[in-house]
Amino acid sequence: MININDKHSQIIVDIIKEYARKQSLFILAYGTGCGSIEIPPTMTSKYDAERYGIRGAATPRQADVLLITGYLATKTLKRVIRAYEQMQSPKYVIGFGSCTINGGMYWDSYNTINVLDKYLPVDVYINGCMPRPEAVLAGFDKLKELIQAGKAEGWKHYQENLDWYRENQKKVIVNWQMPDYNW
Amino acid sequence: MDDILIKILGAIATVILAFTVGMTYGGLSRKVIARIQNRIGPPWYQNFIDNAKLLFKVSNINHGFMQHVAPLWMIGMSISTLMFIPVLIPGGDSWYNSWFPNLNFHGDLIFLLYLMVIGSLGMALGAGQTGNPNSAIGVSRGLTQMVGFEIPWVMALVALMIQYKTTSITGLMAVSEQQGTWLVFSSPFATLAALLAMPGMFRYSPFDIVGAPAELASGPISEFGGKYLSTMMTSGSIFAFVKLTLYVDIFFGGAHNLVELVVKTFILYMYPVLWGVVSPRFRTEQAVRFFWGWPVLFGIIALI
Repeated sequence: MININDKHSQIIVDIIKEYARKQSLFILAYGTGCGSIEIPPTMTSKYDAERYGIRGAATPRQADVLLITGYLATKTLKRVIRAYEQMQSPKYVIGFGSCTINGGMYWDSYNTINVLDKYLPVDVYINGCMPRPEAVLAGFDKLKELIQAGKAEGWKHYQENLDWYRENQKKVIVNWQMPDYNW
Repeated sequence: MDDILIKILGAIATVILAFTVGMTYGGLSRKVIARIQNRIGPPWYQNFIDNAKLLFKVSNINHGFMQHVAPLWMIGMSISTLMFIPVLIPGGDSWYNSWFPNLNFHGDLIFLLYLMVIGSLGMALGAGQTGNPNSAIGVSRGLTQMVGFEIPWVMALVALMIQYKTTSITGLMAVSEQQGTWLVFSSPFATLAALLAMPGMFRYSPFDIVGAPAELASGPISEFGGKYLSTMMTSGSIFAFVKLTLYVDIFFGGAHNLVELVVKTFILYMYPVLWGVVSPRFRTEQAVRFFWGWPVLFGIIALI
């Protein structure tokens, strides 16, 4: 009889699981900033991300990867948090462009956030302003490496440190009217 | 006892065959579309990977009982329809031929016409429960479009039933065997009406307004993620195989072995895919007007 909790059969399941998660990334088609203009060339004929299993998903429920494309206004941040919390685990966040790392050229703006990692758990940053499609694909490769190694676990981190993230989020979002999620 | 065991194993083999073929066709169609758009495209097994990934999701949101039941309803409908479709011509001499006649002789075309609609109704109920406005719009558009393509499709089948005085699929296959020609040639107008109704069933462009990702956020399935979506994907693949096999059985003389079946269904499947890839999207009323135009005319000619 096969014991599914056996250590060796678990290894096989893990291999399939990591391979499937790595090779099939549905990105949420939600352009938050100016960087989303680099997504169409990445997806279409010229660079064709679909050959790596990267594909657009229409709603947060179906998506795996949330792309934060560029600067993030506090008003957008609220929607992004809601979209992120509607996604099903395991889910990954990619910070796109220098605006998500340190604020970029909007570092002293009154209505954008500077460091994305304080509000959402970022798995991979892609540097540049804008990053070219090659850089985007390299970022996805990095994400795949992390998934393979089992290190892309921002979603777990988010659930464990929800209070800290909520505190930070409420600091910048003035009218906080959000439903509670129970995942 | 052995008889029942062979039947059960045969049913399982049929479902596995339908799943594999349906998923592979989905992947191949993605590849074909990509090549037409001058891309490289995903590998042919991409749909299997997607399905596995959706199954390995660790969390799922449930909006209520009906949303939970809807995917099961759909997959139940797909598998039960599959059981009533003759996959191969009965009485062939291949060694696997005794696996596939599941319940072929117990259901006829009229029963099948009812059964094929049930999945869409389950989808409508489940999508209604989620409370997403996009789902509601998608469902209403989907049901309207179904009214569109069902009419020429039913007309074609009724014309065949009247012409050959049988309502059974195996009976129609026997007729084409006796005649020596496929029903395409002996009743061309019914075939034409049915073939024109076919892209509506597969929901490729220009009839993909139901699940348009950019307009409706994928319509009825917009609130379904993870394992729900995977179940729906499986059901869709099996159902695609069911529809293709039904078309091949009725109009193209059935298949004597699996290779013939795969070749015929693949050629037939490429027709809505290739039509879709060069077409823009019809609005619902345009789609209905299309279906109630030429296809219905051919259906009426076939009936007369």
